This record gives sequence, structure tokens and C-alpha cells, in this order.
Amino acid sequence: MHELAPVSPFVALAYLIAGVLFILALRGLSSPATSRRGNRMGMIGMAIAVVTTLYTHDIASLPEIIGAILIGGGIGFVIARRIAMTAMPQLVAAFHSLVGLAAVLVGAAAYLNPGAFGILDTLTGQIHQASRVEMGLGVAIGAITFSGSIIAFLKLNGNMSGKPIMLPARHLINLGTLAAILGLVAYFVTDQSPWVFWTVTALSFVIGFLLIIPIGGADMPVVVSMLNSYSGWAAAAMGFTLGNSAMIITGALVGSSGAILSYIMCKAMNRSFLSVIAGGFGAESGGASGGAAAVDRPYKRGSAEDAAFLMSQADSVIIVPGYGMAVSQAQHALREMGDMLKKAGVSVKYAIHPVAGRMPGHMNVLLAEANVPYDEVFELEDINSEFGQADVAFVIGANDVTNPAAKTDKTSPIYGMPILDVANAKSVLFVKRSMGGAGYAGVDNEVFYMDNTMMLLADAKKMVEEIVKSLD
Amino acid sequence: MDFISILSIFVLACFVGYYVVWSVTPALHTPLMAVTNAISSVIIVGALVASAEAGSAAAKYLGLLAVVFASVNIFGGFAVTERMLAMYKKKERK
Repeated sequence: MHELAPVSPFVALAYLIAGVLFILALRGLSSPATSRRGNRMGMIGMAIAVVTTLYTHDIASLPEIIGAILIGGGIGFVIARRIAMTAMPQLVAAFHSLVGLAAVLVGAAAYLNPGAFGILDTLTGQIHQASRVEMGLGVAIGAITFSGSIIAFLKLNGNMSGKPIMLPARHLINLGTLAAILGLVAYFVTDQSPWVFWTVTALSFVIGFLLIIPIGGADMPVVVSMLNSYSGWAAAAMGFTLGNSAMIITGALVGSSGAILSYIMCKAMNRSFLSVIAGGFGAESGGASGGAAAVDRPYKRGSAEDAAFLMSQADSVIIVPGYGMAVSQAQHALREMGDMLKKAGVSVKYAIHPVAGRMPGHMNVLLAEANVPYDEVFELEDINSEFGQADVAFVIGANDVTNPAAKTDKTSPIYGMPILDVANAKSVLFVKRSMGGAGYAGVDNEVFYMDNTMMLLADAKKMVEEIVKSLD
Repeated sequence: MDFISILSIFVLACFVGYYVVWSVTPALHTPLMAVTNAISSVIIVGALVASAEAGSAAAKYLGLLAVVFASVNIFGGFAVTERMLAMYKKKERK
């Protein structure tokens, strides 16, 4: 066991308090009512960690440090104020990449100046062997987080096609690179030469890039969650290097948080984590098999007036929003429609599928932004049984998550995915741009052709605005 | 702290994380990600150590750069979480 820099008990206590405040910050998110208090606790925890660090080190460069904090903080604050809620997945991906990059930089700094981090063995003049492992792993995970998040950002932001990019023999290349990284980290223990350290760093940047390019747009919620997890493990590994409890606690919290969210997203799509990582899903989407056959089948088309009439006569309406609603920015018009229906005595609820947005919980934020009260918004398992009693299911911008093929058709690519049973409602209103394009998975949806379904073919926002006009 | 104490903290924190995160309501999963983003920037502690200590100019500048990135995340992460959480409102009771 190696000895890390001696720390006074008060300093250790301060970091522990910071760690506990971070736990409470997450704990607060168990309900919207306590969430803001939790967020404040997180801020206090961060302030304690920063002040403690500054207080306990002989600062040779305080103005520079304050300057760096102000520059970074200013940029972060402005971005946070201006960002559109629809762009939240990109923003989170970008933030992940910064955590990863910071981890790499801290690792590199620790490698160049090990004395400052208290990881220098005074007898041999070399870095402690255990610290080399921690440092190597921390830098590797940080670099993977960085380059992977950059790709995720570009895909989510539309700078890069959401289609998977498949390299030949990519599994072989990826496994080979991973093995090389692990081998070099092990070798780093016996030889702390610069080339080992920098090769690990470079290879990790490359593997992060290679891991994410074959993953399609539909799987991005899993990828964002996974990178969330990695950024946590990177922070934890650096915490080991520094022997800092606040960093270790936080890293563990964030690591498990991302892992759980990945698991929830995978389950919501009935995909195994490994198959997501392997990538390629959605490569054949837009292909001829499912979508093309659809064009000729008979379906009922309705107008905004029909929809308004049907809903105003109903006792209960369940609204099923999907990402298409967010794309056309229909959430405010939708809330207006909900308000008018409620005024007319109709019970209005919202049903959210876990993968309705582009990241976990995305749809909830979009509805909250449009002032939809959160106690009208329900998760899949809480509302699915209610479709049977509902008069109208109003599906807007969602497709795959309502597709009964997930239950009935074993050959369907979405078979086994939990769906919202909109088909059980007395009537279904389905807002869709056109009959052509199917969802991400590229499968036709039986719901379109049911007797009790009325297709409202238009841009989501325009359609809802027209319905609002007709309700008036 | 010796390695075993650190490891104990880590393992126990993983369990705490597991239970705390499962108790987060799915409606708040996006703010959860934003706030975990902000707190994982506690890595700024390492960046501050690097930029505070004399000894290596290269390490100092790498550290300062890391301070900038981590600060973007800390301020941005907490601020955007605060902004999102402020939007969650209950139904007005009449």
C-alpha cells in the first residue's frame, strides 16, 4: 500500500461533506418538489470542494486560477441560459466531453508533476506503481469519454449523419485497440516512460471515436447515458490518484447513475447493452421491406375539425407525444389544446414512453417547458392500463413506441419492446407528417389502418394549432 | 488515506449511487444527467492542484486548461439543471 500526501482530518472531513452533499443532490431528484433544494446542495458541495482545495495548497498562481474559473464559468452560464430544451441531449453530450477532457488533462498534469499530487515515491524518484494504474485507467476512460462524446454530440446535433458508420472488421479493430490499451496500462507499472503514457492516451482517443461511429441515431439515448457513466468512472479513477473522497464518491455516483440510465433505456427498447455497443442498428432503416408496402393500404384520413369534434365529445383523452412533436415545436400548442379540452370538462393526461425523446426524461422536460403540470404526465407502466378506458388516444410525433408489432410480430426489429397500447382506446388520432416515412426502426405500424384510427396528416404544430382554432 | 480505505469509500458509494439513482423519478432523468454532469466536474479539484503547485510549467498550464473546462461544466451543469427544475410545476388547484 502506498502512502498518499498527508491530509489534515479537517480537510478530509470537508471533502467528505462535499461528497455527502452530492449524494443529497441526487436524492432530491426523487420528486420535483424537493429537486431544487437538492440542486442547491450540489452547488454548496462543489463550492466546499473548490474552496478546500484552494485553501490547502500553496497557491502560486491565484489570479490565473480565478481567471480560469471565471472564463469557464461565464461560458458555461451563458450556454446554460441560452440553450433550447430540444437541444438538451447535444448539450449533455458536449458537457460529457469536457469532463473527459478535463480528466485527461489532470492525468497528464499528474504524470508531468507527480510531486504536486503526492504520488511520487521518494525512495525511487518514480511514480507509485498503484498510482500509475489509476492514472493510466483514468486517462484512458477520460479520453474515451471525450472522443466518444464528441461523436455523440455531432450525431445528435445533426452535424454528422445519424446513420451508423460501419468499418470492415470493426469488432476486431476495437477489441485489438482495447487490448492494447489494457496491456499498455499494465506495462506502465513496470516502465513509466513517456511513450507508454502518451500511447495509452492516443489509443484511447481513437477507441472512443471508433466505439461510437457505428451506433445509429435511435440508440443515442443509450450512448449518452453510457458516456455519462464513463465520465463518472474517469472522475473516480482520478479520485484514486489523488486520494480524494469527494471525487471518489462523486465518480461512483455518476458512474452508477449513467449505468442505470443505460439499463433503463436498453430495456425500454428491448435491446441488449452489447447489441447497442456493437452498433449497426438502424443501418437498413428506410429500406423497402416495411415502409413501401404501406402506401397502398386503406386508411382513414381526418381533418383538424374532425379531431376537435371527437376530442371535445370525449370524457378522457390521453396524449402520446414523441420526438416528432419536439422537432416541430408543437409542445406549446399542445398544452393550449390540453387546456381547452380541460376547460370543456375532458380529462387530459400525457403518456410518456421512456425513449420518447432523445435522452432519458427528455420529453418530460419539453412538456414542463410548455407549462404542462407534471402531475398530468405519466410513465408507461403507470398509464398503459388506462388506454382501455380512454375515449381518445392522441398520438403526436410518436410511432415505434405505439406499434403493436412489438407484441405480435416476432420478425419485427422492435419485437419485445414495451409499447403504449394506444390501440386499446376507443379512437386513435394519429398526427403524422405523411404516410410514407416510418419511425426510426423503419417498420410499418398496424395502428394506422385500424377502423377506429383517424390519420391527421400534417406538420404536428400546424395540425395542433388548427385543432385549437376549431375548439375555440 | 491508504488504498483499502479509498476502495471502501468507492465500493460503498457505488451502492449508495445504485439506490439513490433508482429512487429518482423517471420524469427527472434529464435533470439527473445534467446534475451528474455538473458534480462529476469535481475533477476540478485535481485541476486546481495541478495549476496551484509550482514545479512544472507544462503541468500548470494543463491544469489551468482543465480548470476552464471543468468550470464550464460546473456552472453550465448546475445552471441548466436549475433552469429545468424551475419548469416543473404542479397543477393549480382551484
